[in-house]
Amino acid sequence: MRTLWLLASRDLGAAWRSSGLWLPVAFLLLVASLYPFAVGPDLTLLRRTGGGMLWIAALLASLLPVDRLIAPDRDAGVLDQMALRGIGDEMVVLARLIAHWLGFGPPLMIATLPAAALLKLDGDTILMLEAGLLVGTPALAALGLLVATLTAGLRSSGALAGLLALPLAVPLLIFGAGTLGDGSGAALKFLAAASLLLVAITPFAGGAAIRAGRE
Amino acid sequence: MSGVASGAGLHLSDVACLRGGRMLFRGVSLTLDAGGSALLTGPNGVGKSSLLRLCAGLLPAFAGTVERHGAVALADERLALDSELPLARALDFWARLDRSADGAVAAALDAMALAPLADVPVRMLSTGQRKRAMLARVIASGAPIWLLDEPGNGLDTASLALLGAAVAAHLASGGIVVTASHQPLPLGAPVVLSLTDHLPDPAEWDA
Repeated sequence: MRTLWLLASRDLGAAWRSSGLWLPVAFLLLVASLYPFAVGPDLTLLRRTGGGMLWIAALLASLLPVDRLIAPDRDAGVLDQMALRGIGDEMVVLARLIAHWLGFGPPLMIATLPAAALLKLDGDTILMLEAGLLVGTPALAALGLLVATLTAGLRSSGALAGLLALPLAVPLLIFGAGTLGDGSGAALKFLAAASLLLVAITPFAGGAAIRAGRE
Repeated sequence: MSGVASGAGLHLSDVACLRGGRMLFRGVSLTLDAGGSALLTGPNGVGKSSLLRLCAGLLPAFAGTVERHGAVALADERLALDSELPLARALDFWARLDRSADGAVAAALDAMALAPLADVPVRMLSTGQRKRAMLARVIASGAPIWLLDEPGNGLDTASLALLGAAVAAHLASGGIVVTASHQPLPLGAPVVLSLTDHLPDPAEWDA
């Protein structure tokens, strides 16, 4: 537990210092401010499509930090030094998942508020959007991290990361955007299920990927 | 140099290493007990670094067994320190993971004459200073088994003497040091292991 805390606080500190935390937030706000210019100031159209647009923006924003999640530490020998100390690769990935979500999920949820204002979303939609993001951002963080462990050590990993992540992210997008027009709450439950699955497998799959990449 | 447990040991028996479909060496045996040191020699690409990673447990042995008694500290070509952090804090992260004694980082910085640079960000360090920072990381870990890959690269004469003193103190306290180097280092009287004597027989391997 102490090790997990030490690793996660280091990862969060490193993300803060590299100012990588602002990238997804800035991206989301950029999309939200450009979207009305692209489709025109039609209030009903913005209201109807704005929520889905923000989900697309959140999904793409989750891919932005992928290349700095694992590869720099792998190249600097940090992952090997952790393995030397008997720290399992699963533990390393789990700590990173916690730190990555803390640095990615809550800032994105806060940025959604001004973004929703730019798109003139109503109160109920904003509430569903925030609930969906609360449930869905752990999955987006896990997916980004999983892809980062798989592509660390490859050249031009950024483009490959996008190709790998997008098919896996489609269910999240369908259920996430589905929560907005769905009164029954079923979409939110599906989103939660997908989120649980991704969060549960990422430490093991990511740990295995790091081990396999060790040479 | 406190915290080195007695009873440290490193035993390799008949170890072979296969990398990228190529047999690098085979039949390597080495027995080091507390206070023992070894020097791996051989030309570039003969597998010195691979043998160190094998000793560390980061590479599986293709054949033979590797036994370690005690924690391992590895200094290879990669620094493994957060480049944005001041040197002392970057070292402190590993020291806390290792549960090193209070003051272990300060003592290690002193041993490598890095104390004046404790507040300098790691990315600002020169090549030789980075090498010394890496050695300070090894010293602060308190691990009994040190694996040093070309520790003398980029070090000036004064720093080489510091390295020699640190290794001597570590061995005197019951530690183990395995060094890979192609240049002479002030390391006392280590067991010399030349990997050129353990090259696989090409005819046998091709068959």
